[in-house]
Amino acid sequence: MNLVLLALVFWVATLALNIRISHSRFSETRAGRLVVPAIFGLTVLVVWELMVRGLQVSPIILPPPTAIGARISTSLPVLWGDFVQTFVKGALTGWLIGCGAAVLTAIAIDRSPFLQRGLMPVGNFVAALPIVGIAPILVMWFGFDWQSKAAVVVVMVFFPVLVNTVAGLAATEAMQRDLMKTYSASYAQTLLKLRLPAAMPFIFNGLKIATTLALIGAIVAEFFGSPIRGMGFRISTEVGRLGLDMVWAEITVAALAGSAFYGVVALVERGVTFWHPSQRRQR
Amino acid sequence: MRSILPVLTVVAVIVALWYAAAVAMNATWVRDQAARAGTEVSFQELVPRTLAQDRPVLPAPHQVAKGLWDGWAGQAVTSRRSLVYHAWITLSATLVGFGIGTGLGILLAVGIIHNRAMDQSVMPWAIASQTIPILAIAPMIIVVMNSIGVSGLLPKAIISAYLSFFPVVVGMVTGLRSPDRMQLDLLSTYNASRSQTFWKLRLPASMPYLFASLKVGIAASLVGAIVGELPTGAVAGLGARLLQGSYYGQTIQIWAALFTAAIVAAALVGIVGAVQAVVLKRMGMAR
Repeated sequence: MNLVLLALVFWVATLALNIRISHSRFSETRAGRLVVPAIFGLTVLVVWELMVRGLQVSPIILPPPTAIGARISTSLPVLWGDFVQTFVKGALTGWLIGCGAAVLTAIAIDRSPFLQRGLMPVGNFVAALPIVGIAPILVMWFGFDWQSKAAVVVVMVFFPVLVNTVAGLAATEAMQRDLMKTYSASYAQTLLKLRLPAAMPFIFNGLKIATTLALIGAIVAEFFGSPIRGMGFRISTEVGRLGLDMVWAEITVAALAGSAFYGVVALVERGVTFWHPSQRRQR
Repeated sequence: MRSILPVLTVVAVIVALWYAAAVAMNATWVRDQAARAGTEVSFQELVPRTLAQDRPVLPAPHQVAKGLWDGWAGQAVTSRRSLVYHAWITLSATLVGFGIGTGLGILLAVGIIHNRAMDQSVMPWAIASQTIPILAIAPMIIVVMNSIGVSGLLPKAIISAYLSFFPVVVGMVTGLRSPDRMQLDLLSTYNASRSQTFWKLRLPASMPYLFASLKVGIAASLVGAIVGELPTGAVAGLGARLLQGSYYGQTIQIWAALFTAAIVAAALVGIVGAVQAVVLKRMGMAR
C-alpha cells in the first residue's frame, strides 16, 4: 500500500510542479515547452511502476517499465533483427516504391483533366477504405518474407500520396502560370521550376501520412504469416506465450521507429519547403 | 456531376485490368492441370477456365460479386456464413468504440483548452502519438483482456476507441481554438462568462474541424475492430473471415469480406459526411 500512496503523492507533486511551471514565464521559453511534457511523461512512467508494484499486478497483465527496459537491454540483437526485417526491408522499401509510384502517376495524369476527374474520387474513396485487409491476399501472392509486407505498404501509401500530389500540382495561381508563359517556358520547365516546388508542401503532407501507414501495414501484414522474425511476428507470438515484457519492448521500438521516421521526413520537408509560411520561425 | 463519366471510365479500366490480371495469374494452374492430364489448352479454352476456378489466385470480379451476393442475400441473416452477421459483429464493436473514443476525445480537448498545464503536458504527447503504429498493441489488448475474463465486443471496442481518440483530440483542440482574437474580444465586451464563450462561440466554431476528425476517426475505428478480430482465433467478424480465408486458401471468401469491409467503411464515412452537410447547413457554415 505504501507504494500506491507514494505514487499518489508523486502524481500530485509533479502535477503541482507542472501547474507552477506552465503559469510562469519559463514556460514561454523553448526549454519550458520541452520540460513540461517531459515531466508529464516521467510521471506516467513512475506512477505506472509504483502502481504495478504496489498493487502486485501480475506481469502477464501489465509489466512495470523497469522490466520492459531490462528486457530491451537484454534482447537487443533480437529487437534489431526484427527492426531490420519489418522496418528497413518491409516498411521502408514499400514506402519508397509506393510514394515514388504515386508521385510519378500524379505527374503522368497531370496533362489529362479527364483522368484526374475520374481518378480523384476513386483515390479519395480508396484512401478511406480498410486497406490493411488486403494483407492476407498479398501474403498469399508474394510469400511470407518481406516482399509481401512491402507490397501491402505500397498499396496502403499509394492513394494518400497520389491525392495529395494531384492537389499540390493544382496549387499554383493563374498569375504565376501566366508569368511562366510570358517567359515562354515549356511544359517541362513550368513543371520543374514552378509547379513541383509549389506542390512540395502538399506532397510532404502525403509523405508524412504515409510514414505512419507504412509501419502499420508492415506490422499488421506479419500477423497473417511471416518468417520467424519481424516486429509483428514477435508481437503475435510473444502475446501467445504471455511474454508481455517482450511485446512492450517491440512496441517501444515501433514507437521510436515511427516517430524517428516521421521526424526525418519532417526535417527533409523543412529543408525543401523553407519558403512556405508554415516553416518560418514563429516569434 | 460532370465527373461521372470520367469516374465510370476509370472504374471500367480497373475492372478490365482486373480481368486481364485474373486470366494471367490463374493460367499457371490451368496449364499445370492440362500438363498433368497430358493435354494442351488453347487460349480459347484457357480463358473461361481461369475465370471459373474454386480457389483462384485472383478471383475474377464476377466471382467476387457472386461471393458478395451469396454472403449478403443467400443466407439467413443469423447464419454464420452470412456476411451480414459478420459485418454486424464488426460494425457494433466499431460503433461502440467510436462513441467512447469520440466522447473521451472531446472531453480531453475541452480540458486542454481550459487548462494551461494540461495543454502543455498532454498535447505534445497526443501529437506525437499520431506518428506511432498504435495498431501494434491490438493483439496485446485482446489477449490481456481475455486473461482477466473480458472477451467479446469490449476489447475490440477499446482498440477502436483508442484509434479514434487521438485524431478527435487533435482536431477538436484546433477547432475550439479557431475563433480569432476579434471574436473572443467581442464576447468579452458582452461580459460573457467562460461557459457562455464555450457554448456560443468555441463549440459552434469547432464543428467543421470536429467532422473532419470524425471521418478520419470512424475509418480508423473500423480498421481497429477488424485487426482486433485477428488474434482471438478467428471466431466471428470480418477480420475473422479474412483470417479463415487465408488459412484455408478461400480467396473468394477473402475478397468478399474485403469488399464488405470497404462497403461498410464507405457507408460510415458517407453517413458522417451527410450529418456534416446537414449540421453545417443548419448552422449557416456550409461553403
